Amino acid sequence: MTDLTDLGIKQIRDGVRAGSFSAVEVADAFTTKVSRAKALNAFLVETPEHALTAARAADAARAAGETLKPLAGVPIGMKDLFCTNGVTTTAASNILGGFTPPYESTVSQNLWDAGAGMLGKLNMDQFAMGSSNETSAFGNVISPWRRADGSNAPLAPGGSSGGSSAAVAARLCPGATGTDTGGSIRQPAAFTGISGIKPTYGRCSRWGTIAFASSLDQAGPMARDVTDCAIMLEAMAGFDKKDATSLQLDVPRWEHGLSGDLKGKRVGIPKEYRVDNMPAEIEALWQQGIDWLRDAGAEIVEVSLPHTKYALPAYYIIAPAEASSNLARYDGVRYGLRDLPDGAGLQDMYAATRADGFGTEVKRRIMIGTYVLSAGFYDAYYTQAQKVRTLIARDFERAWESCDVLLTPTAPSAAFALGEKSADPIAMYLNDVFTVPSSLAGLPAMSVPGGLDAAGLPLGLQIIGRSLDEQGVLNAGLAIEERAGFAARPEAWW
Amino acid sequence: MSVDTKTVKKVASLARIAITDDDAERLAPELSQILGWIEQLGEVDTSGVEPMTAVIPNSLRLRDDVVTDGGIRDALMINAPQAEHGFFTVPKVIE
Repeated sequence: MTDLTDLGIKQIRDGVRAGSFSAVEVADAFTTKVSRAKALNAFLVETPEHALTAARAADAARAAGETLKPLAGVPIGMKDLFCTNGVTTTAASNILGGFTPPYESTVSQNLWDAGAGMLGKLNMDQFAMGSSNETSAFGNVISPWRRADGSNAPLAPGGSSGGSSAAVAARLCPGATGTDTGGSIRQPAAFTGISGIKPTYGRCSRWGTIAFASSLDQAGPMARDVTDCAIMLEAMAGFDKKDATSLQLDVPRWEHGLSGDLKGKRVGIPKEYRVDNMPAEIEALWQQGIDWLRDAGAEIVEVSLPHTKYALPAYYIIAPAEASSNLARYDGVRYGLRDLPDGAGLQDMYAATRADGFGTEVKRRIMIGTYVLSAGFYDAYYTQAQKVRTLIARDFERAWESCDVLLTPTAPSAAFALGEKSADPIAMYLNDVFTVPSSLAGLPAMSVPGGLDAAGLPLGLQIIGRSLDEQGVLNAGLAIEERAGFAARPEAWW
Repeated sequence: MSVDTKTVKKVASLARIAITDDDAERLAPELSQILGWIEQLGEVDTSGVEPMTAVIPNSLRLRDDVVTDGGIRDALMINAPQAEHGFFTVPKVIE
């Protein structure tokens, strides 16, 4: 019998519908695998009962001859940024230690309404601030991948959705939720050889998702292939009146619309993404991606996005500014940690609580955000960054006059070793150089695996699309997937 | 932009984060480096450019001014570090 944990979302959904196996068998297989994978540190909380309850409901519905829900029988992992009713949710920070939400985020509720069950809450960079999963208060996630040189150096699974990427790559779950503020779905997907899509800003409700930078935060799925991402995104997205920036639009039937035939489509190659010191292997993979899309029928055109180099510095003003404001709520009064030194007053309690509860990177970003928003600096930093953001969005608008989607590498390197970049914040921030511009413009973008580097580690290709054109992004992703034939997987050592 | 320890302490105080002198010594060069890197934005000519307020055009919806939620005091209090008689409690603010 096939190992059920080798199956993806579509295969599980279709298999449960056809009665090839039961949903409970699937849930059992995954919960067992999760419980034996502690070495990866991907899960902060395991919730086998949640997965089993959803599975029993799916089996009962099938036995009763009912139409099964879109994700009936599919167990997934939930990034710990999503509030889950009655299940500890900490955003991987001590300041939310033990926080148990009495409510459910809209995205997770949508998934449960679609019949999915939860295997557990996934580790991540603290408050989604990081690109390597090294800022979690609960320890690093270790990538299931290892270099082929036998060194066994523990590698970063990417971040901030590093628990999600590691869990999907290690076949601990067929799909997981991620969130993406500047690349936090796409970069970890690239590092671990899986697919992930950040939809257009406003497609997925932010309600009940712990806020980092509200004008950028978007949820999206991470899964083994493009089809599974389409299926899961359909369940996650949708209008929510509880989120003021939620888009009041019907959710397209992305899975139904999938086609890797790109005849009549134009693919733009932005010349500014040819950055200095790009590894030759990334350059070669990019060229390979161009050839694949041409083979799929697309016309390739060179385009220019002249403000690309300013996207990262603009992001590192806007995101910390919004974070410093969003994270002001952690005050030791209503929930989470309270540190009350002897004889301390209210102000001292705030300062001690926040000093204790936030990790180093979170404090660093709150400080930067506070600085750039402070009196006398606001216009020079924040207003200027928002103007540059307008120019970056305008660059993309101009590009869409000559192309339908853009193709770029997802990240400037393969996965690095844990500890390799953590001493230099800017070196870490540069990991998001290819993902941040589309985040600033609110555009849909996805990463799909393209191949392996010389060390045997996965490399990803990124597709960026027009606002609301997730279908175009998914289709180009599918065209690459069909040609890349990426079948590599990490050998189980955990 | 060079940030000195005095500025670091002022920013930390605005951010309500307690820091030690050692923290301030460590943070000053770190923040200087990051802010120095960010400052390249000054090169961009943004005259006549409006700052972005929304990434995709989306007008704010209005709703009827009616109560849609509430009556969940106990649920809201369950995570309080300290609560008494249905109130969040804090250290004495006024002597």
